[in-house]
Amino acid sequence: MEYERILIRYGEISTKGRNRNKFVDKLKKSVRIALAPFPNVKVEAGRDRMYVLLNGEACEEVIDKLENIFGIQSFSPAIKVERGLEELKQSSLELVRSLYRDGQTFKITPKRSDKSFELDTDGINHTIGGYLLQNIPGLKVNVKNPDINLRIEVRKEAIYLSCQTIQGAGGLPVGSSGKAMLMLSGGIDSPVAAYMAMKRGVEVEAVHFFSPPFTSERAKEKVIDLSKKLAEIYGSLKLHIVPFTNIQQTIREQIPENYSMTSTRRMMLRITDEIRKKHEGLAIITGESLGQVASQTLESMFAINEVTNTPILRPLITMDKTDIIKIAQEIDTLEISNRPFEDCCTIFVPSSPKTKPKREKVQHFESFFDFEPLIHEAVQGTETIVVKPDQKQHSEFSELF
Amino acid sequence: MIYLDNSATTKPFKEVLDSFVTVSSEYYGNPSSLHNMGAQAEKLLSQAREQVSKLLKVKPSEIYFTSGGTEGNNLAIKGTALLHKNKGRHLITSSVEHPSVRSAMEQLEQEGFEITYLPVDRYGRISVADLESAIRKDTILISIMHVNNEVGTVQPIEEIGDLLKKYPTILFHVDAVQSIGKIPLLLKEGRVDFCSISGHKFHGLKGTGALYIREGTRLAPLFSGGNQERKLRSGTENVAGAVAMAKALRMTLTKAETGLVRMKKIQSMLRNGLTEIEDVQIHTPHEHAAPHIINFSLKGIKSEVFIHSLEQKGIYVSTTSACSSKKKSPSKTLLEMGVPETLAESAVRISLSFENSIEEAITALEGFKESADQLRKVMK
Repeated sequence: MEYERILIRYGEISTKGRNRNKFVDKLKKSVRIALAPFPNVKVEAGRDRMYVLLNGEACEEVIDKLENIFGIQSFSPAIKVERGLEELKQSSLELVRSLYRDGQTFKITPKRSDKSFELDTDGINHTIGGYLLQNIPGLKVNVKNPDINLRIEVRKEAIYLSCQTIQGAGGLPVGSSGKAMLMLSGGIDSPVAAYMAMKRGVEVEAVHFFSPPFTSERAKEKVIDLSKKLAEIYGSLKLHIVPFTNIQQTIREQIPENYSMTSTRRMMLRITDEIRKKHEGLAIITGESLGQVASQTLESMFAINEVTNTPILRPLITMDKTDIIKIAQEIDTLEISNRPFEDCCTIFVPSSPKTKPKREKVQHFESFFDFEPLIHEAVQGTETIVVKPDQKQHSEFSELF
Repeated sequence: MIYLDNSATTKPFKEVLDSFVTVSSEYYGNPSSLHNMGAQAEKLLSQAREQVSKLLKVKPSEIYFTSGGTEGNNLAIKGTALLHKNKGRHLITSSVEHPSVRSAMEQLEQEGFEITYLPVDRYGRISVADLESAIRKDTILISIMHVNNEVGTVQPIEEIGDLLKKYPTILFHVDAVQSIGKIPLLLKEGRVDFCSISGHKFHGLKGTGALYIREGTRLAPLFSGGNQERKLRSGTENVAGAVAMAKALRMTLTKAETGLVRMKKIQSMLRNGLTEIEDVQIHTPHEHAAPHIINFSLKGIKSEVFIHSLEQKGIYVSTTSACSSKKKSPSKTLLEMGVPETLAESAVRISLSFENSIEEAITALEGFKESADQLRKVMK
């Protein structure tokens, strides 16, 4: 039996009252992006359901893509049947027959949003159930734990039959929660933080600090590759590359070594916040995990966070490294993050950074120099690239392959 | 010239050679170097890896570049033995494997490992039942070729994979050097842990190859050094070779889409034509056979004589496998299949590529007939 469409059930969107249309639109966009490789597919979004019309595209492959889209609670491949009892009987029988193996049990879950249909849910249950039992010898009813659960949804335009409910990725559609800037170093944590924020509907733009010659082109390459992975979720990702060499050198000259790290983070945060303003973001995302390194103790965060009152989202704050690594593996960023190049966080690491820096002290050290012009210069010099997920970025070599 | 010795090696595609030359002359940096030239080379290497993995439907991190089939086979077999020798010291293989598997096993035997060599039936196939009964508690690896290089028999790899789902601790290596592009092999679904391929068998260059290693499976390296290829294969990477192989694989698999039909047609033409020649016996089975190999004997004529006679007509075929033909002993595979030694001494192998045409097959058949007639007059 060939499925004709896939019915998508929304997750928390359904509870979002007046913002619902916006959520549905964002989800539709996510679905379109994910299903771009299937040109015949059509997406129809309704108030409480979305339909992917397959038009001959391979159902299994479409399912693989849908499983990763945020904002989908569950989905079911379905058959559309004309309204009418005979049609319903025939199609139900065909569908169940195609799945039935000897000795299996079934139940029917009818739903009738259009009350004008000739049978009510009990009537559907009895009529179709009886018809199936008569025509499939050996088939038994089990309402508690059936092998086959035939869902029949009677709607105004048609009846939909499905037997399978596939769990979606959950969360909210990307973009439905507004935009935030991710501080992307190249390590294991920040891509995971981005992924988790995206799962809650945040549209992410990445900010990376580039300090040539202290960090290499290859470190930048690595960050671009990570961005490509993240771009798979929403079709593209903006990456802001900040020239940071000047500031790092100035910090080295101006700030005592054991406070240089604290001060560096403060500068990074100030710059990120400026870029956020420019691009109308509402928050900053970091991959910080409490106590993981010297800059991620509560004392450090207290000293660093002072420079802005923009909300800082720290999705990984209470997570253990092993759990973070697990997610990095699942989203396929671990291997890229593990490439051994110096990045903005590993270079200039003082031999004994303060794990308990004091706000007043860092304020005092920074007070001897006006960093504002340097920050302005860095923001001005920031290069923004839009990263796409596909391989085509290798195109300089494509004729070799 | 009609080249029908493609199982020995193939002619590199021109496009493949072009890529090799371009990469060697323009992107000669060492992928491990930190500067931009190194980065370029590394990018090329990872793109080659990505392409090969995509074509084989596996992950890039599961592809390791090697110098060819022999290295891939040795690495899978000895690497497993070395790493798991404390877990078990028993390995299973077939009695018709390529020497790079056979000899690796024999070497392990001298180190105290025990090897079971499974017999084959008269079509050159092992039986899955035999394999199952050979499995012991201390079996660590099963290594079976996909397509036999001498007669073209296809081994029941899928069935073995199914069987091994019951034995999760036993590793499974498949030598797919002869089958790639001709017989599909599902690595993921087939429960294959290791799979070797060789570039020059599909119009790439000699000295290139890849070993698929399933994610989560480990091996001990055979080469010590700079820890390239994720520590499994030290030695500066052959970037140009890898790029060339990735291209050759893509081109071959594209050609296979339409080429396989023609190849099968040519094979059956040759088979029918050869059957008509007096005293010809065909060893390649009808069923479970690859589309590119036909092995046959012209009774009473030593293979070497027949081959040189064909060579004079510009037709290039092999005695048995090129690798072992220097030894001048009759084909091991044929003997294992129960072919009498005298007949095995006359065995000749034709092996096709997607580049061979129907016209070539017709001309070659005429050549076979002529040579057979001439030789019979002289020898009898």
